[in-house]
Amino acid sequence: MNLLLAIVVFLLAAAASLAVGLLLKWVDRLVTARVQWRVGPPWYQPLADVVKLMGKENLMPATARQTGFLLAPVAALAATAVAAAVLWYGVLHPSGAFIGDLIVVLYLLAIPAAMTILGASASGNPHAAVGATREIKLLLSYELPLFLAVLVAVSKAGWSFRLGSFAAHGPALYSLSGVIAMLVAVVCMQAKLGLVPFDVAEAECEIMSGTYVEYSGPSLGMFLMSRAMMLAVLPALLVLVFWGGLGGPAWLSVPSFVLKYVLLVALTTLIRNTNPRLRIDQVMKLFWYALTPAAAVALALALHGW
Amino acid sequence: MAVTIKALRKSLWVYHVNAGACNNCDIEVLELLTPRYDVERFGMVLVGSPRHADVLAVTGVCTRQTMPRIQEVYLQTPKPCVVMAIGSCALDQGIFTEAYHMGPRVDEAIKAVDPNAIIAYVPGCPPKPEAMIDAAVAAMELLKSME
Repeated sequence: MNLLLAIVVFLLAAAASLAVGLLLKWVDRLVTARVQWRVGPPWYQPLADVVKLMGKENLMPATARQTGFLLAPVAALAATAVAAAVLWYGVLHPSGAFIGDLIVVLYLLAIPAAMTILGASASGNPHAAVGATREIKLLLSYELPLFLAVLVAVSKAGWSFRLGSFAAHGPALYSLSGVIAMLVAVVCMQAKLGLVPFDVAEAECEIMSGTYVEYSGPSLGMFLMSRAMMLAVLPALLVLVFWGGLGGPAWLSVPSFVLKYVLLVALTTLIRNTNPRLRIDQVMKLFWYALTPAAAVALALALHGW
Repeated sequence: MAVTIKALRKSLWVYHVNAGACNNCDIEVLELLTPRYDVERFGMVLVGSPRHADVLAVTGVCTRQTMPRIQEVYLQTPKPCVVMAIGSCALDQGIFTEAYHMGPRVDEAIKAVDPNAIIAYVPGCPPKPEAMIDAAVAAMELLKSME
């Protein structure tokens, strides 16, 4: 019976994250259009894109290694779906989550990037190879500051690596170290989502969508779905870890969660629309010389009770 | 696959193939993305790779040099897809008809590799953005018959 419940929860969470992610993608495109004084696409646009890609031909480049090329998008989508399931379970069922689920979620959320690298390398395209090296550098840049920032919240929650314990200990954000950690995490989220100014790996005008250049049809659709789910999952993770999740008084918990969630999504859209793309060396300098030390300082402050 | 074709009509991604245009048509193509015309209302966006494309917007004459490239780009586009021959040059070679370096017309070059290719013609030198939107609507109607 428990196994059945787990399967139902998993499927519901994955489907809901996908739906929310596609909707957020539309909001993102709509806001972008409005910023540029355009009307923008209708609400079902991201859904239509994905459904369309499912019906297209899946072309195999002559230079590609078939197994890695075709397996990468499937693994990326599966990893995001599992991450979504574990995370939503932690949000909605603080007591039922298992110890260490935070580590599992962070680990699973790194897999789509790794799969993008794998798929791009397997495609044998020079543009994709450039994109893959950039994606590797991005991964090396943002993972350490993100983990340090999350560690700040973990230390505030009594060194518990359970998603459920963050809500119980009150938001980490309401302290000096928490604010620094949250800011670092927001920038890392932007990089993890591959949005401007950190879309170096798929820079459309210089390397023709980089890592995804050889992908077509269902494979591309799976990558797009995985990215849409990331857009739904990452803000939820940040709200849960830094901003109290569903904690607080019962009547306020759901509206405040939704408000914080929407605020974070709006912030990423705003950053995306008001910044030019950074070069990869600028990205690495930003993360290694500014954000990683900032996150380390935040951790030191947190350990001293600030 | 009626659902996917229906979705395809709502989400045409365009790859712009410049076969050797004088840049006049290309400026008009970019016009479609501006706030005045904003084809993203219909789900149309420009993409960077023919593998992501549903529409090949071909501008310019098809010379002997570009003919194999156009054919290759067409073959690299996942089907079902639509070819849009934009401008007088792409339609029937315009003022270059009798030039020594001409290949076949764009539609002939495409039909040589795929006799069943869907081709939309947009006359004009350069065609107005409205004409291109009209061709996109015509392409959507053609795709509707595939449902």
